[in-house]
Amino acid sequence: MANKTSLLGEITKGLWKENPILVLLLGCCPTLAVSTLAYNGLGMGLATMVVLVGSNFLISLIRPIVPKSVRIPIYIVVIATFVTIVDLLLKAYLVELSRNLGIFVPLIVVNCIILGRAEAFAARNTVGRSVLDGIGMSLGFMAALLVLGSIREILGAGTLTLWVMGETVVKFNLLGENYPGILVMILPPGAFIALGVLLAIRAKIQKRLDTARS
Amino acid sequence: MDKKLFVSSSPHVHGQVSTPAIMWTVVLSLLPATLWSFYLFGLPAVTVVLGTVALTAALEAISNKVAGGPLALRDGSAVLTGLLLALTLPPGLPLWMCGAGAFVSVVVAKAFFGGLGQNLFNPAMTGRVFLLIAFPAAMTKWLVPRGTGESLLGHPVTAYDTAGKLVELTSAKVDAITAATPLGLLCEKGAGAVAAIQNSPDLFIGQLNGSLGETSAAFLLLGGLFLLVRRIITWHIPVAYIGTVAVIAAITHAVDPAQYASVAFHVFTGGLMIGAFFMATDYVTSPMYPMGKLIFGVGCGVLTMVIRLWGGYPEGVSFAVLLLNACVPIIDNATRPKKFGLTKLAAA
Repeated sequence: MANKTSLLGEITKGLWKENPILVLLLGCCPTLAVSTLAYNGLGMGLATMVVLVGSNFLISLIRPIVPKSVRIPIYIVVIATFVTIVDLLLKAYLVELSRNLGIFVPLIVVNCIILGRAEAFAARNTVGRSVLDGIGMSLGFMAALLVLGSIREILGAGTLTLWVMGETVVKFNLLGENYPGILVMILPPGAFIALGVLLAIRAKIQKRLDTARS
Repeated sequence: MDKKLFVSSSPHVHGQVSTPAIMWTVVLSLLPATLWSFYLFGLPAVTVVLGTVALTAALEAISNKVAGGPLALRDGSAVLTGLLLALTLPPGLPLWMCGAGAFVSVVVAKAFFGGLGQNLFNPAMTGRVFLLIAFPAAMTKWLVPRGTGESLLGHPVTAYDTAGKLVELTSAKVDAITAATPLGLLCEKGAGAVAAIQNSPDLFIGQLNGSLGETSAAFLLLGGLFLLVRRIITWHIPVAYIGTVAVIAAITHAVDPAQYASVAFHVFTGGLMIGAFFMATDYVTSPMYPMGKLIFGVGCGVLTMVIRLWGGYPEGVSFAVLLLNACVPIIDNATRPKKFGLTKLAAA
């Protein structure tokens, strides 16, 4: 396995060049479903980060002893373990987030990003690189979810909620009390429209970068 | 070198009908209904129509510039989209909401798909549905036409209150009155609430509250007939569409008059006229062949009536047209006529 990328490159590629949502289009189900609030996007990103880093770490560690023919079930068991831990932690300490995300926390098990990274990266690379890859990928996932959630929340409700933990609420009323809210942005169609626009903007910037380089 | 012989592929005879000519003819055909809405609703209607058309045209010019293609503004399609969109909006809608609808119509539904001729969905309908889902409250606040006690064509001005009773509006003190549309009443309270008006001539003339362009079936019918005579549209879609609505309304009304409203009510209220003549017949988003057009019209009619009679929304024209827009490629494929002289064997 030729490792051409630098260690820093393993982290930064997830943010832009191989962003899981904006380039690989993986994990669309949680992306579209929970990005109704900026806070939900952030929380989903954090939860995914814990699972992805943990599963990448463990899977790259047990790589030599996993028989090829049953690797997928083994990966799923590893991922499900981390998801259960995250789910219980959220229920214990971040009740609001757990309630907002609902079924989509257990569903992280089937998130394509995690199994995808396990199969495509952790199963073929060293422990260090796999952890860095997990951090980078989940940072990219979180960033995209945060942007998508912010756009949808600002347009849909006129507010920006960044943190809710018991009494501590970080919430900004950006567009005033009388803003009627573009309801459709909170609904599923709004997620598709916002994601489509984000994809287009990213592709446009990438094109500019490519022409500038050549 | 002087060429004596020109060789070019068909078509050799050009109809001399350009896109701008068609677009402006359709705009012209909508003018009676537009002016009527100005008369009925006054300044709020003028603001919505002029504002929406101006914003749509401006957004079209901007998106043309961004896309880098030729300026397609002059072909009139943007003005037509703006006018059609405006006619499906309630009078008095805030201008920035009109702008949001114009943005979705021209930029999202058209420019994103590649401009005029490439759009899968009717731009004006997409804009309206977006606004309906985005601002349900503002989009269902209906002004009562000419509610200031003035008389119209010698008749006292009347409106229907929430109980569906005919009341004369005599108060000159109010700025505007809002009330549910007849279809809204039907949806919420059943046919009993609209019993008083379901055979009233007002339905046809259009002295009713509703979207700017849905009030006057007569003027829209006039515009539609004008398009038919000028052969801008063919009869297939409007006839199939309105005919299906009429048949379903007749059957349901006959089965249970207490629950289902009459044929005249369903045909002349709501957006059916503007939908059948101006939205469903859009060249880009409707089938190409006669048989396909008939299927398209019947499909629109069935869906419209299903939504009206059993759905959560009072009106289903915009949803029906959009859903059938999505089926057009399939319909076109299934109804492609056999080419002259082609045998079955060669075709397969």
